[in-house]
Amino acid sequence: MADATADQAETQSGPMLAADGTPLKRSLARSLRMQRIRALMLVAPLLIFVLLTFLSPIFDMLFRAVENRIVGDTLPRTVEVLKDWDPETSDVPPEAAFQALYYDLFLAAEAKKHTRLGTRLNYEDPGISSLFRSSGRSLDDLGEDHIEAIEDTAKQDWREGAFWYALLGGDAGEPVVESARSQFVALEGETPRGPVGVVWCGLRNVVGAPCPPSLSRMPLNFGLSNDAMAMLPTTSLQYAAFGVFTVLEDGEALQEEDPWEAVYVAMAQDLAAPDAAAKVAAYTGPGAAELQAAQQAIAALPPISFRDGFAEIDEDWLDPTVWRSIKAYSPKYTPGYFLNAVDLEMGPDGVQARPESQQIYVMLFKRTLIMSMAITISCIMLGYPVAWLLSNLPDRKANMLMILVLLPFWTSLLVRTSAWKVMLQQQGVINDTLVWLGIVSDTNRLVMINNQFGTIVAMTHILLPFMILPLYSVMKGIPPSYLRAAKSLGANNWTAFWRVYFPQSVPGIGAGSILVFILAIGYYITPELVGGTTGTFISNRIAYHISSSLNWGLAAALGSILLVAVLVLYWAYDRIVGIDNVKLGG
Amino acid sequence: MLDTATGDAFVEFDRVQKSYDGETLVVKDLNLALPKGEFLTMLGPSGSGKTTCLMMLAGFETATYGDIRLGGVSINNIPPHKRGIGMVFQNYALFPHMTVAENLAFPLEVRKMGKSEREQKVKRALDMVQMGDFGGRRPAQLSGGQQQRIALARALVFEAELVLMDEPLGALDKQLREHMQFEIKRIADNLGITVVYVTHDQTEALTMSDRVAVFNDGKIQQLAPPDVLYEAPENSFVAQFIGENNTMEGVVTEIKGDSCLVQLDGGALIDAKPVNVTKAGERTQVSIRPERVEFNAERLSPDAHLLDAEVKEFIYMGDIFRTRLSVAGNDDFIIKSRNAPDQERLKPGQKIKIGWLAEDCRALDA
Ligand SMILES: Nc1ncnc2c1ncn2[C@@H]1O[C@H](COP(=O)(O)OP(=O)(O)OP(=O)(O)O)[C@@H](O)[C@H]1O
Ligand SMILES: [Mg+2]
Repeated sequence: MADATADQAETQSGPMLAADGTPLKRSLARSLRMQRIRALMLVAPLLIFVLLTFLSPIFDMLFRAVENRIVGDTLPRTVEVLKDWDPETSDVPPEAAFQALYYDLFLAAEAKKHTRLGTRLNYEDPGISSLFRSSGRSLDDLGEDHIEAIEDTAKQDWREGAFWYALLGGDAGEPVVESARSQFVALEGETPRGPVGVVWCGLRNVVGAPCPPSLSRMPLNFGLSNDAMAMLPTTSLQYAAFGVFTVLEDGEALQEEDPWEAVYVAMAQDLAAPDAAAKVAAYTGPGAAELQAAQQAIAALPPISFRDGFAEIDEDWLDPTVWRSIKAYSPKYTPGYFLNAVDLEMGPDGVQARPESQQIYVMLFKRTLIMSMAITISCIMLGYPVAWLLSNLPDRKANMLMILVLLPFWTSLLVRTSAWKVMLQQQGVINDTLVWLGIVSDTNRLVMINNQFGTIVAMTHILLPFMILPLYSVMKGIPPSYLRAAKSLGANNWTAFWRVYFPQSVPGIGAGSILVFILAIGYYITPELVGGTTGTFISNRIAYHISSSLNWGLAAALGSILLVAVLVLYWAYDRIVGIDNVKLGG
Repeated sequence: MLDTATGDAFVEFDRVQKSYDGETLVVKDLNLALPKGEFLTMLGPSGSGKTTCLMMLAGFETATYGDIRLGGVSINNIPPHKRGIGMVFQNYALFPHMTVAENLAFPLEVRKMGKSEREQKVKRALDMVQMGDFGGRRPAQLSGGQQQRIALARALVFEAELVLMDEPLGALDKQLREHMQFEIKRIADNLGITVVYVTHDQTEALTMSDRVAVFNDGKIQQLAPPDVLYEAPENSFVAQFIGENNTMEGVVTEIKGDSCLVQLDGGALIDAKPVNVTKAGERTQVSIRPERVEFNAERLSPDAHLLDAEVKEFIYMGDIFRTRLSVAGNDDFIIKSRNAPDQERLKPGQKIKIGWLAEDCRALDA
């Protein structure tokens, strides 16, 4: 046989050929590829399901823990200006920063997004959110005198949307308009539709329920005039921003709308520029006369000081810490949430510990780990004998016992936890019994609930089946003949158990421990109900940030750390015990 | 060795009964005594109580009634680990988490033996089963036959005088089984240990044992050396259970000393040796081994009763010929003849006469 193949190889100088003459390698590869594709098709639905429902939330969480676009999206110009500002040496940032902040915040306030930013920055610098909220409200008053001065020159014209459009609008300026649009879209937090979204909307079109048009696609129906852009650059910019907002948010036509204060303020700024008088004098287009009058009115006033304007709204704007926070959290990605999750923060000299009063997360992580271990250990202690009994009883009795073990699964978690409250509270069953027996005096009733003890007891009870089941199935797979063999070899009951039976049940302990530990580390309801203040876990804090404080970034960072901790422990377990030593069945 | 006076018996079952459920007796009145150094096999169909007997001896089951004595001392109340009985289990029960050497060292360790002595004994035991190089392996890395040897070595390493084996070769293929039979027998003889061996393979029982106890229905049907068992079964169960047999039913018509006359249900008369029959008129089952049936006219004794037979099938098996006949209404009458140059090869349809020596045909219980 071997000779025959050798002969064949010798006589054929080229590559081996398949029956149809194609090289054997290629036809083999093709047939294998077909097999692989078919196999992939079979698992594809599951794969997609897992990706969508399991992996994508995890990645989303990991992403959220570092994502920080909100500052840059809400205050794009301010962030730009602050790049040149050195938060350590200088006092408050220059006027340009106040000016940028004014325009950014004005738009944000109109879009009602400024509070969101305030909330975000409040995580890092408590108190900042009220500053943003009140400022957003009072921003209309900034530059009041100048706005009035312009309006007073020709009230009926300046209050007319058409007049403004004649002055500033036109067919040009598309880049400016589009950049205003993209700023607005970013502010609204709308992301462009991906391929999936496009297909989805195509389907909805067919069905007759089309998707709402995307902000970045809706027609705007206005442009800017080249003359105005040269003469009044800031105004044109602000006018574009106003136009985008009017069309996209309010659904009105720009031509009919009297612009908001920020456009007046921009106009005042433009008209106060040193060469403004000359430019305006040279201008002959629509509204030239009104513009000249306005220019003269503005020239009579002192230039707008945004710094003073903000100071008037709230003195805190002159406090550099606010600006430091804005600058510190202006990058798109931030380690801030993670630092916060381990009780650190970004200070002027880099990373530093948080004030003592705010340090809770490291302690909570430690407590979660230690208590989860305690729960795991007590599950082993209680579960091992039960599993042993289960696997050694005659079938009928074992089934009965198994039902008892599984009973907790059939009862609501809340009911079980509440039952523990009844048992453990100071006026509860156990205390009453102890008092009645005279072991504990009536005045010294034991505190067994709303603390770590209560959490450990209740969680051990709840997680016990997860220890017993893998243990049981492993023990069921250990033939009784091993114990008999050990005894026949002269080992007494204990030695036989400890040297022969126990080592073989270790994989079950391993599997049970991993299950219980990982479940415990992320458990939330029971500690919430019976943990009091000393028995809560990190998950309770995560839940709090998800549902109450709405600091999802921090919640995500905490969750990610928990995930990494579990993975590290799993890895360590694999190194020490070996993951092949984990069995869920005999 | 046949003569086992109760006085020098090493292992003794004395009227032992066993019931698991309190309703049926799994072992009924077992009396058995074996001297030191004997190789005794318990043979019997499934469920006949062999393992139960072994477990009682090892101490994993307690006798419901009766006494089990080891070296003259009742061991009913001695826990298994103090009985010092080596045991080989059907699935070997080698501890999977220990290496071969650790498995072997285990009984020595629990006996608190020093390390050097332990190693020496383990090595000797491994050499004895020709597995000297396998000390570092895990049981899962061994073949079935190798595991079997290790199990044997482990049962022997602490120098037990009595070793129990419960179908130790059941999981092996035929060739390996035959080899191991020989091996076990050799080692047992060399060490002079007493062995109680359970099997339901009769060839195994016959080739290995000094004596065989045939079990059925919780009782010992016959306890005898292999040749006696084969040639002189005491009842029809043993006759049918051991080896191949032709049986015919009939009524005893006359008993004269060592032989009797049996009228088969078809009417024909044959000669037989009365074993379980005592008087004329009793129903009986006669049993004759296929190789003891004679059909060569010259070799048949003239005054014996002969039967008419018709050849149904002739099977050439190499060393022997196996011929199926129709005799007295029985189509499954088998005869075996040696493949010799002068041996006649019967042809289907051929009509012949068959007969036998009266002492080869045993008239047993009906
Ligand atoms: N633990 C037990 N509980 C109840 N009945 C049992 C138990 N062990 C064995 N029996 C019964 O006792 C009888 C004898 O069983 P035993 O195991 O001794 O048979 P055996 O001769 O070893 O059979 P085999 O050749 O199949 O191993 C059987 O009818 C069996 O059902
Ligand atoms: Mg058995």
